[in-house]
Amino acid sequence: MTGDAATGGALLRTALYDRHLAAGARMVDFGGWDMPIQYKSGIRAEHLAVRSGVGVFDLSHMGRLYVRGPDALKLVQWLATNDAGRLGEGRAQYSLICGERGQILDDIIVYNLGDQYLMVVNASNRLKILAWIDEQRQGPLAGLDVTVDDRTFETAMIGFQGPESQRLLQGLVSGDLSTLRYYAAVASTVYRKNTLVARTGYTGEDGFEVIVSTKDGPEIWDVLLEQRHGVQPVAAALGARDTLRLEAGMPLYGHEIDEDANPFEAGLGRVVKLAKGEFAGSKALSEISEKGVERKLVAFELTAGGVPRQGYPVLEGESAVGQVTSGNVSPSLGTPIGMAYVPTRLGEPGTNIAVEIRGKVVPARVTTLPFYAHKTKKIAPPPSARA
Amino acid sequence: MDPQDRRYTSEHEWVKLEGDVAVVGITDFAQDQLGDVVYVELPKVGDKVEAMKPFGVVESVKTASDLYAPVSGTVAEVNDQLATEPQLVNDAPYQGGWMIKIQPDDPAAIDTLLTAQQYADEVAKA
Repeated sequence: MTGDAATGGALLRTALYDRHLAAGARMVDFGGWDMPIQYKSGIRAEHLAVRSGVGVFDLSHMGRLYVRGPDALKLVQWLATNDAGRLGEGRAQYSLICGERGQILDDIIVYNLGDQYLMVVNASNRLKILAWIDEQRQGPLAGLDVTVDDRTFETAMIGFQGPESQRLLQGLVSGDLSTLRYYAAVASTVYRKNTLVARTGYTGEDGFEVIVSTKDGPEIWDVLLEQRHGVQPVAAALGARDTLRLEAGMPLYGHEIDEDANPFEAGLGRVVKLAKGEFAGSKALSEISEKGVERKLVAFELTAGGVPRQGYPVLEGESAVGQVTSGNVSPSLGTPIGMAYVPTRLGEPGTNIAVEIRGKVVPARVTTLPFYAHKTKKIAPPPSARA
Repeated sequence: MDPQDRRYTSEHEWVKLEGDVAVVGITDFAQDQLGDVVYVELPKVGDKVEAMKPFGVVESVKTASDLYAPVSGTVAEVNDQLATEPQLVNDAPYQGGWMIKIQPDDPAAIDTLLTAQQYADEVAKA
């Protein structure tokens, strides 16, 4: 028994907690979990390992909610904004859970596992989403024949991310990974242990996420970190995960999205499927969609030195017109990058803005996402087209 | 043990008298706590700095942290190399990662700061 009730307010620990301590990780409170923010080699080295080889992440803190029963799809369709009705077996989709005002309660991945759905929710939002599901089941979802099973504590989840991930993981799994598409998942074995292997991630690289039993977690972690084909996988922690997802332009709950944000201003309208029928928040979302939004999430780069950080004001002239949601110096590019909410009229790429950093006005320019694109997805222009 | 040829502050700066200027940087403990340094904001040559008041900011991937002047004086030189190679602060905190040189108002003030042993004791307590 390692559930919330058993911990008496102390931080939760994943199945890999001892591995993190043994590796000399620095631990922090992340969404109520005692998690590594970096290992000994540091965030930059971990980040670059994921860009050039493979990084291995403990993602076990994320909530894993299994939905099964005759009405499983009905429940998922009501809760989540994307259209799970069009989600084929063995496929995954990015989705949002929104409240009655259209506010974002969480961003999630929904997996269609055939006999059930899996919703992976943010660690910090797991209890809130479980309470929201209960509330919905006493109201609009009353009478559904469905069970929601929180298996966060019975399972471990490990990310295996980077350009070498397929080559290295292939030696350990049953089945051919080259046929596993992006955002597809398959029941498999890793090192003879039953797992779910999904081609998903949060790094902007090719990569996989595997779910195993808590019991098998440490052994699988060790095996995944073994050197193969001359490539040494590197344990990577939350610090690198944050800079990687920032370069990839992916939102992080609590930064780009929260209950003060709606999907349209966050640029996530593509996963709000108003045509699928009524769902939680759909009335409000439909109104917001028609009315349009006054602010917009944009990517920017500083054009002078500094490090943008969450909460810093975005300036137009002398007046604060927006706020930075995330920022850092990009480990891959070496330049200061960030995301921010700005008035819609300032949202066009190329627009000059400024960020206030400790009272100083630092010039910035709105740019396009992602900051960093996975190499094999980028088609190089012919030499003549290069400036 | 940190180098014994210099003095330390409880805010994790070191200061070393070279001729008549005081070279200032941050300690190995400080750079390790910060993690990868990505930006260092420093004053200009000629600026006045005041003992135990911030003279700049060091930013790592994780956080931003004020830099405190060990002694009062005038900035005589700034390590411009940190603008393009901030990681020098991590790689060589006591050498190439120095930050500013101060023309101290009172060079004797340096002797009142922590010795390497006293600094080590402070870090051990923290």
